[in-house]
Amino acid sequence: MADWVEACAVDDVEEEDVIRFDHGGRSFAVYRSPDDEFFATDGHCTHEKAHLADGLVMDDIIECPKHNGRFNYKTGAAKGAPVCVNLVTYPVKIEAGKVMIQI
Amino acid sequence: MTTAKTKRDYSLVGESTRAAIETGLASAEWYHTDVPRKAMKELMQRSDGPAIRDTIIWLAAILGSAAGIVWFWGSWWVVPFLFVYGVLYGSSSDSRWHECGHGTAFRTRWMNDLVYHIASFMLMRNPVQWRWSHARHHTDTIIVGRDAEIAVMRPPDLLKAALAFTGILDFRYSLPTLMRQAFGTLSEEEKSYIPEMEQHKAVVVARWHMAVYVATIAFAIALGSWIPLVLVGLPRLYGTWHMVMTGLLQHIGLADNVVDHRLNTRTVYMNPISRFIYWNMNYHVEHHMFPMVPYHALPRLHDLIKHDLPEPNPSMWHAYREVWPVLLRQLKYEDYYLKRELPRTARPYRGEFHEVDMSPAAE
Repeated sequence: MADWVEACAVDDVEEEDVIRFDHGGRSFAVYRSPDDEFFATDGHCTHEKAHLADGLVMDDIIECPKHNGRFNYKTGAAKGAPVCVNLVTYPVKIEAGKVMIQI
Repeated sequence: MTTAKTKRDYSLVGESTRAAIETGLASAEWYHTDVPRKAMKELMQRSDGPAIRDTIIWLAAILGSAAGIVWFWGSWWVVPFLFVYGVLYGSSSDSRWHECGHGTAFRTRWMNDLVYHIASFMLMRNPVQWRWSHARHHTDTIIVGRDAEIAVMRPPDLLKAALAFTGILDFRYSLPTLMRQAFGTLSEEEKSYIPEMEQHKAVVVARWHMAVYVATIAFAIALGSWIPLVLVGLPRLYGTWHMVMTGLLQHIGLADNVVDHRLNTRTVYMNPISRFIYWNMNYHVEHHMFPMVPYHALPRLHDLIKHDLPEPNPSMWHAYREVWPVLLRQLKYEDYYLKRELPRTARPYRGEFHEVDMSPAAE
């Protein structure tokens, strides 16, 4: 059964931005969308091992810092070359000003 | 420092490939200058404005010079128009291909894709194949056996490098490659970096390119005129020189098999016209270190991180004068290279990355 884990405080992530969260030997990316919703995905790009938290969030897209591969961070969908494999996404909820992700 | 000499194998499926994977040089962690997230976020921001402005100027200049070619065809007045058209078609298309391939020129995706495909056609490059080869170039920059875009291999073939300015060699490679791909055949090397699910797209797009060339030849025959070919296809020959002049400087004569772009990549200050043609790719260390930063923000990035980078060459002339003796020496000693000095404000090169296979370097 997946656990809810506290990833960060709401204020740790700027609007239309992403931060890194490491837990249990794994790495995740936590996003705050322009309309103030939170999302979480695996931390590394599915193309090569670059961390998405160094990338650029534009609307509902996260762009990988290494080869500019794009994903929809809300759905995990790969949006074209050089990324072909979707990102894994995780449920997110906000509790008492904390961002919780289910992993 | 001298090490045992081994001949470089530039094949992407050979001995150097195996060695690069085994030693961890392939898909390695590269050095990055520290830039605060807030500053990097600002630099990475996309906008359509600068690229729309530049593309309007670019297309207007292409159409204007093409009109001049048609109008003055048969007189010497055609020469300056050929000069301008050739460089715009055969050289500036390379930087448009490059920036739009990264998806950084425009904020709007379809604009990047449209200009990317137009520029790929001008360059006789299969846009699917080259998107993947360029991704590899960024993953494994100048890693022998991995990087598909090493322009001058060691020992350097100087005749080949000189002929590159005429476009002849590239033309001889590009057109037959497109033709082969149009017939449905991808080479083993191409298959090594184009994912299987993308390979059929490479074939389809090669067929489209070839169809346009066949139509252009048919049109030229029907008109009984060279003009269609002078405007479509042949600029890849007579207008390539500026692309080669600027592009060769990106990595030539510098270290290979290192994981620090400060060692294997060169930033050169250039005049504003060349920078327009080249879309600021003269800031090449900066581009490789942070490929998310659009071309129009590279001068700002340069100002922010230059304390950590080797001194840029003040001009193309300076850079070629610097590299020429290195190339001559590489003819005898292919392990020789030019080691860029860092300013005192820079973080040093990391020995554990760079000293293991270091070869004799020009200090």
